Amino acid sequence: MDAFLLQILNGLDKGSAYALIALGLTLIFGTLGVVNFAHGALFMIGAFCAVTLSKLLNLSFIVEDPTQKDFLGNPLKVKTPYIESWFGPEVGSVIIDWSVPLAILFAIPIMVAIGFIMERGLIKHFYKRPHADQILVTFGLAIVLQEIVKYFYGANPIPTPAPEALSGVANIGAVIGLDIVYPVWRIVYFCFAALIIGSVFAFLQFTTFGMVVRAGMADRETVGLLGINIDRRFTIMFGIAAAVAGLAGVMYTPINSPNYHMGMDFLVLSFVVVVVGGMGSLPGAVLAGFLLGILESFASMNEVKNWLPGIDQIIIYIVAIIILLTRPRGLMGRKGVMED
Amino acid sequence: MLGLNKKDVTLLTFVAVLALFAPFILNPFPEGSAMAQFNAGYPDLMQRFAIFGIFAIGFNLLFGLTGYLSFGHAAFLGIGSYAVVWMYKLLDYNVLWGLPLAVVISGIFALGIGYVSLRRSGIYFSILTLAFAQMMFAISYSDLLGRFVGTTITNGETGLQVYTSDPQILLGANEPNTPHLFGLVMNNSFFLEVGAWQFTFNVGYYFSAIVMLVMFYLSVRIFRSPFGLMLRAIKSNNTRMSYTGLNPRPYTLAVFVISGMYAGLAGGLMAAMDPLAGAERMQWTASGEVVLMTILGGTGTLIGPVLGAGFIKYFENIFSKINDNVLHQWFSFMPDGLEDAMVFIVHPFIGKGWHLTLGILFMLVVIFLPGGLVEGGQRLAAWIRSKRGGAEENTKSSTEPAE
Repeated sequence: MDAFLLQILNGLDKGSAYALIALGLTLIFGTLGVVNFAHGALFMIGAFCAVTLSKLLNLSFIVEDPTQKDFLGNPLKVKTPYIESWFGPEVGSVIIDWSVPLAILFAIPIMVAIGFIMERGLIKHFYKRPHADQILVTFGLAIVLQEIVKYFYGANPIPTPAPEALSGVANIGAVIGLDIVYPVWRIVYFCFAALIIGSVFAFLQFTTFGMVVRAGMADRETVGLLGINIDRRFTIMFGIAAAVAGLAGVMYTPINSPNYHMGMDFLVLSFVVVVVGGMGSLPGAVLAGFLLGILESFASMNEVKNWLPGIDQIIIYIVAIIILLTRPRGLMGRKGVMED
Repeated sequence: MLGLNKKDVTLLTFVAVLALFAPFILNPFPEGSAMAQFNAGYPDLMQRFAIFGIFAIGFNLLFGLTGYLSFGHAAFLGIGSYAVVWMYKLLDYNVLWGLPLAVVISGIFALGIGYVSLRRSGIYFSILTLAFAQMMFAISYSDLLGRFVGTTITNGETGLQVYTSDPQILLGANEPNTPHLFGLVMNNSFFLEVGAWQFTFNVGYYFSAIVMLVMFYLSVRIFRSPFGLMLRAIKSNNTRMSYTGLNPRPYTLAVFVISGMYAGLAGGLMAAMDPLAGAERMQWTASGEVVLMTILGGTGTLIGPVLGAGFIKYFENIFSKINDNVLHQWFSFMPDGLEDAMVFIVHPFIGKGWHLTLGILFMLVVIFLPGGLVEGGQRLAAWIRSKRGGAEENTKSSTEPAE
């Protein structure tokens, strides 16, 4: 029973990353009808926002302290981050420690801006071109973004730890009388993902803006005929989708040290998730993300692996192929989406 | 001749001349001169031109004719390599056993994958092929098949290679123990020294070049056949074709299998030049590369994919070799400050930054020149002609009624 719950937890946590990326992909696809191969790169840029912030916060100046000597007898060089000198050592070190959560605030404007620039500068010109062209140009963009990050940050993963208080493990099973020890940050990640997904849905469901966007997803032309500037709203949705991917990346950094090709690794799986969930269906994307995450974590249990070796690496693809063959529209796909 | 019209014969002859005289054409600069680094006439690179040419020609048959964008073609490349290396292990180093097997096996895989993937079109097709390729990559990277069978099939991340303990039942007493074709060792080269130039004639290159020519000829025939016409019909209006009472599925499946066989042959040739096969050949970035080549060269044209493959492989090689010292030499005619600035600007795009250049170039081609290098050439030719022909021709063409 413990092992069973543990696998569900593992799956939820992997699934949240899939669900967040797939949600962004579906937002873009549902509104603009563009297949964005650069979405993984947005996830990666989000992660590097966290890296950048933690580097910025750690910028320090060096003072020679004559009262202390190092082992050679020279005056000891003390590194003090600027933050600590501005806010005092206590507050400063807390800020540095919490750099990853702080990076959320840092990443949102950056990601929204990148999203706007991408949509207005490039993708706008591809609405009338065939889907293959959209795939190709965003694929090229993904390569370019990835290489730019590689140029500035190098090819090696950069460890970016979670805050001290959230980096340990906790026995969360104690509440229900079971013994499940689990890393705190992964629980935080899941809660965060749930929060983001919830707020995106609430935004679309309960605001006028969201209502218009949903109307535009259903019938763009009619909404346009009503005198609403639907293009502008869709651009904003692109920004939001970019921000969702970016935030997924920011919070993912303590789980896996970011490197420049992490986006590509996630992208392929996220596409599978989107297709399984049903192209253009937001609940489908989220559901499929969590389902496939859980499925993958169950497949990586030792009992299963002994029975079918290596099944954990291919289970998602097998399931995706089966689903596409039996339910061609995916789990919750609408009729008439992408059926040319 | 050969069932081709005059224009195609000219094209085929052009490609054949390019391929056969490549050691001269690619080596225009004398040994030891400053420009020698732009020479590409060494065996390894020339072999890659020919092999990736085959790969791209095959991909173009599918994408260029039917418009189905497969993102998983590298899977067949890997399968071809594994098949050839297995033949080395079981029989002997003669490539003749492995290559047909590579074609057949990748064809069988393409039949299965194509049968499933072609049930959907557009973006679904791309993602399905991508999923299949990633699955095959995972299977071969961790040797899943081998774990079922009990012996190794793909040898995991080490990659498949020939060991002395392998059976090699056909291996004769004084047979070479590197890949060969009835004693013609692929790695062997003949050198010709003319003045300051040194030309290399490599057996492996000529073998792949001849295979590429045959494959190119086949693709010309497919382009010009009624079958090719059907495929174009699928690209231009699939719905209408179904309404006419023709089922597009058998045609797309057939061309998918053919294109998978091309990829398998290319993979087999890779293993024929270098008796190794690794899972990284199947990764989806490798599939992306062949997409880049085809688009860059010109989708749906005959010569485009070959040009694209040559272009990318050449510049990959050259750009990776250039470093800051070379740049300083180039810009040394400028004043010092400007020289450093130029080097600083160009630096991110060379050496390890080659992929950045490639990505930017690729985006530019997709955005501005969807027809690739071939379209660029045509536009250039048209522009020159209009310059030469003067205003007279311009007015003539503009007064033609629009259809």
